[in-house]
Amino acid sequence: MMALEFSWIRPEPHGIHIVPADVWVDPSRPVARALVTHGHADHARGGHGETIATPATLAIMELRYNTRDGAVSVHYGESIALGGGVSATFVPAGHVLGSAQVLLEHAGERVVVTGDYKRRADPTCAPFEVTACDIFITEATFGLPVFTHPPIAQEIGKLRDRLAAEPDRCVLVGAYALGKAQRVIAELRAAGHHEPIYLHGAMEKMCRLYEDFGVALGELRLVSDAKKDAMRGQVAVCPPSALNDRWSRRLPDPVTAMASGWMRVRQRARQRGVELPLVISDHADWTELTTTIAEVNPAESWITHGREEALLRWCQLNQRRARALALVGYEDEDD
Amino acid sequence: MQRFAALVDALTYTTGRNAKLALLAHYLRETPDPDRGWALAALTDGLDFPAVKASTIRNLMAERVDPLLWTLSRDFVGDTAETASLLWPEAPGDDAVTPPTVSQVVEMLGNMTRATVMSELPKLLDRLDANGRYALIKLATGAMRIGISARLAKTAFAQAFDVPVDEVEEYWHGLQPPYAPLFAWASGAAPAPDLAELPTFRPFMLAHPLEDGAVVDLADYAAEWKWDGIRVQLVRAGEETRVFSRSGDDISASFPDLADALPFPAVLDGELLVRGSHQGGEDGGAASFNALQQRLGRKSVSKKMLADCPAFLRLYDVLLLRGEDLRELPWSARRARLEALMGVLPDRRFDLSQLVEARDFAHLAQLREQARDAAIEGLMLKRRDSPYVAGRRTGLWYKWKRDPLLVDCVLMYAQRGSGKRSSFYSDFTFGCWDGDPEQGAELLPVGKAYFGFTDEELKQLDRHVRQHTVNRFGPVRETDKSLVFEVAFDSVHASKRHKSGLAMRFPRIHRIRWDKPAHEADRIAALAALVRD
Ligand SMILES: [Zn+2]
Ligand SMILES: [Zn+2]
Repeated sequence: MMALEFSWIRPEPHGIHIVPADVWVDPSRPVARALVTHGHADHARGGHGETIATPATLAIMELRYNTRDGAVSVHYGESIALGGGVSATFVPAGHVLGSAQVLLEHAGERVVVTGDYKRRADPTCAPFEVTACDIFITEATFGLPVFTHPPIAQEIGKLRDRLAAEPDRCVLVGAYALGKAQRVIAELRAAGHHEPIYLHGAMEKMCRLYEDFGVALGELRLVSDAKKDAMRGQVAVCPPSALNDRWSRRLPDPVTAMASGWMRVRQRARQRGVELPLVISDHADWTELTTTIAEVNPAESWITHGREEALLRWCQLNQRRARALALVGYEDEDD
Repeated sequence: MQRFAALVDALTYTTGRNAKLALLAHYLRETPDPDRGWALAALTDGLDFPAVKASTIRNLMAERVDPLLWTLSRDFVGDTAETASLLWPEAPGDDAVTPPTVSQVVEMLGNMTRATVMSELPKLLDRLDANGRYALIKLATGAMRIGISARLAKTAFAQAFDVPVDEVEEYWHGLQPPYAPLFAWASGAAPAPDLAELPTFRPFMLAHPLEDGAVVDLADYAAEWKWDGIRVQLVRAGEETRVFSRSGDDISASFPDLADALPFPAVLDGELLVRGSHQGGEDGGAASFNALQQRLGRKSVSKKMLADCPAFLRLYDVLLLRGEDLRELPWSARRARLEALMGVLPDRRFDLSQLVEARDFAHLAQLREQARDAAIEGLMLKRRDSPYVAGRRTGLWYKWKRDPLLVDCVLMYAQRGSGKRSSFYSDFTFGCWDGDPEQGAELLPVGKAYFGFTDEELKQLDRHVRQHTVNRFGPVRETDKSLVFEVAFDSVHASKRHKSGLAMRFPRIHRIRWDKPAHEADRIAALAALVRD
């Protein structure tokens, strides 16, 4: 099969280059003008001359980099002319607060860059919208057929069952500080958990930011302000890196839990010393990836960071044109 | 089957021994017969289904999943059973399906043949969810491996029903899965099973370590060498002979040479050794532990192995003889019966652990000091009037190990511990220099230890590791190799598995040498000089 060659858009190792406008999507090194899909560090690097993103993504970047210089805010559904005859429209991606797919149009040709996305309902962000296009540039973080994320209610149920079964311990949930932590908290609230939830210091500001954007998270307290005994039978949330660190010694005999799509695989959970794996991901699983390609039904799919090979194989088996892009600088997020 | 699958998962993610015991005990109490008995057998590798092989699973998947997608998935997951459980196509309209019980699974698997397995096993898999399929495949292929030893299972059983673990152990070995009489007895519904005609394991009598500086009167205690093999029990009853390990595992398959050698019903306690010229250089002595290791853990043994490394039993004690239970007799009386047996036992397969004659305790200490034979681990001191009782009983038997060998090593890598130690770097890999460190020699790992230090020292070591990290690999940190450990170990052997060519037995951290510069640590050559293979 011949690959489509849209001369105005080029995948380069450090990002997607929109040539006539000289704008980059999620570049992994500083550039003059960048479109940023969402606030995760591997997509939203600092140091660009101009950063075009949704208001929430810009606020998240400001929290991390302490500057708003060059920020250009674009709301969902709004289009912006980039120059060189290219326009960009931000469409919800359902990944984290503020996350967007970028629809790029040039001379009647349409390209969608998904950034990271998922199709499941998430009380902390706007849901993914299917957008017709010629070229669909999709992520593939969980691009293996072994990955099917269970319904989140089931995983939250596991967490609450454990809490009830061991009232003298606390459950410490390792969760990515941007997105996963707030989603776990919001889903706990939705399931009727109204007790205070205890936070690692590194999560506090991001949770406040979510609340500023209208996501209610209920009563949050800092672990550092709490007495050990007060946290028995309660939930605490920390970044995955703090799970087995000295910091965790201040908690009452914590059950080590981890909210991540990788927890689907036993060995991954065991490597991290996780006692309670919670299969909760902000990325599309295999079924979501493949049904999204089918629904969007593009002339060609470009597959970026993750397990490109298997998704490429699926496209081949289903007579869909596809190619893998070798982008650098993206990490296996959802850690 | 879902309860069993949930148990398997919970055990997978639980590291602490007590937590594992509690999970198992709860399952055994709450699950009806015969499911719990089959589950117990499955967890302790007591089930075998010849029709289901690892290749069966691969073949089943090849019919259902694209080969490239299978390979990519298998490589990522790292386990065939788990990959298959995740990739198995969910049956549509699964609400109507009832999952099978463990007993139904065992019965159906038992009825499968090589001809029917490809059509029958899918029917079972269709009735289960991903975790259930995982447990089913592990059970069917006999590869549970979730850290449940037979000993742990028995302890959990005893805990579940509040019965003595020694009795559980004794009855367990005489019974077949699903152990209905065992559960009936434990729950008080039936008397204890009758084992007279069964080749069952009797719990070992064990020794306490002799305290530093303690002295015993040789008028009350007999001394005997402690051999560096594996302690086993050889049992013959009802025309069957079995070899049991310390933990009560049946290791007869690895030692057919021994299992054929006992000509009358008896229960004998001894050290299993392999013939070699090692002991004192004489023929008919024992080879080092390294030679014995060649024979361990084998499901079948080749003729060549039997010829090259013939096993024999060095006898310590006799528990039962021709239907007579001798365990209540004093040691000296049992010893006399044992010595009388030596004339009728084939001497290719049996010899007697000789008593060590000493003028007094000081003389005995001197003999122990001089013993540098690698097949000798130290001395045993046995009260002459002691009955044979299960477990450790204060004052009856003592072990007096040879002083350990010592070597100075440099800390190279540290890994987080498990359970309560999971926030501490507590598993240490250390090495010795492969030459002169001033001339650019490198450190090669020679061993690993995770005990030998106090809680306070653990904190200091944890701090050291964190402050001296130069590299991280997942849970492992590489340190700047600045800290010296004085490592104690029982012996050292040649090993092809390690780059240094050496492997230590029972290494532990003897002292932390905060004061000693790393370049003054020992060299590989110094350690190699202690090899006595
Ligand atoms: Zn992301
Ligand atoms: Zn990403």
